[in-house]
Amino acid sequence: MIRPRSWLPIPMLSLLLLVVWLLLVRSLAFGQILLGGALAIAIPLLTHRFWDVQPRVKRPGLLLRYILRVLGDIVVANFQVAWLILNPWRRSRPHFVEYPLMLEERFTITLLASTISLTPGTVSANVRMDGKTLLIHALDAEDDEALIEQIRERYERPLKEIYEC
Amino acid sequence: MTLYVILEAIISLLLIAGGTFAFIGSLGMAHLRDFYMRLHGPTKATTLGIGCILIASMGYFGILNGQPVVQDMLITLFLFITAPVSAHLLAKTGLHLQLRYVDKTRGHPVELQDEEVGQTPMSPGGPADRDPVTLDKRPSDR
Repeated sequence: MIRPRSWLPIPMLSLLLLVVWLLLVRSLAFGQILLGGALAIAIPLLTHRFWDVQPRVKRPGLLLRYILRVLGDIVVANFQVAWLILNPWRRSRPHFVEYPLMLEERFTITLLASTISLTPGTVSANVRMDGKTLLIHALDAEDDEALIEQIRERYERPLKEIYEC
Repeated sequence: MTLYVILEAIISLLLIAGGTFAFIGSLGMAHLRDFYMRLHGPTKATTLGIGCILIASMGYFGILNGQPVVQDMLITLFLFITAPVSAHLLAKTGLHLQLRYVDKTRGHPVELQDEEVGQTPMSPGGPADRDPVTLDKRPSDR
């Protein structure tokens, strides 16, 4: 948890909020800057207790590649799921898989779970309380070993290299 | 002029594709067999559907009309951040309520097995050894 050092506990978040606000109202009028500034100060002050310290991005190039790969996978995932829904000979094999986590930080685990939910045929259902396994529901899986291996190679290892190495 | 025609054709195609994907996602939500499978439709097909429509919107207003398009990009960003989180929360709620799932689902998570008071989920003779809750077998004690 971040200690409230001052009236700006998370400067980056405040800046982001101000920019997003100005983009949303699409104006640079003085009143809007004032209102956005007030929000940018008030929201972090109210919510800083929920925020973890974000780990530093150690390898930005890899992060960019990771984002592009996830975007590509989202498109592929959509075609797969659309096909499974439309397929008249419904041969989907739903599967609950327990995925042993290699990541340790809560922030990166959140990133991994979100990625899993957005990509081919899998929704992350539950992070166990001990933070060591992730319960995944797969819409159509041959066997769990292959699925675990695929997730580990494609998503978890890059995330670990980007944030935790 | 021809460039505009081509652009308009691409935008129309994106709109149609977006609508189709959103429809397929909703269709999946309507007729897949159990709660956990139904979750897949809205999280994926709908995301790409709305993504296509937003790209078309960006193309139309940004290139053809020459207006700034930052708001569409913000919508996309919010969508990609919130869709997996809401899906995760729904799945978690489903597990907590022990919603039943179709019989052919493999893997029986401890979250979905009956638990007696004072028992740890993993203990021998505990819920892990008993029958899971499926669509075809109703647990008798509820």
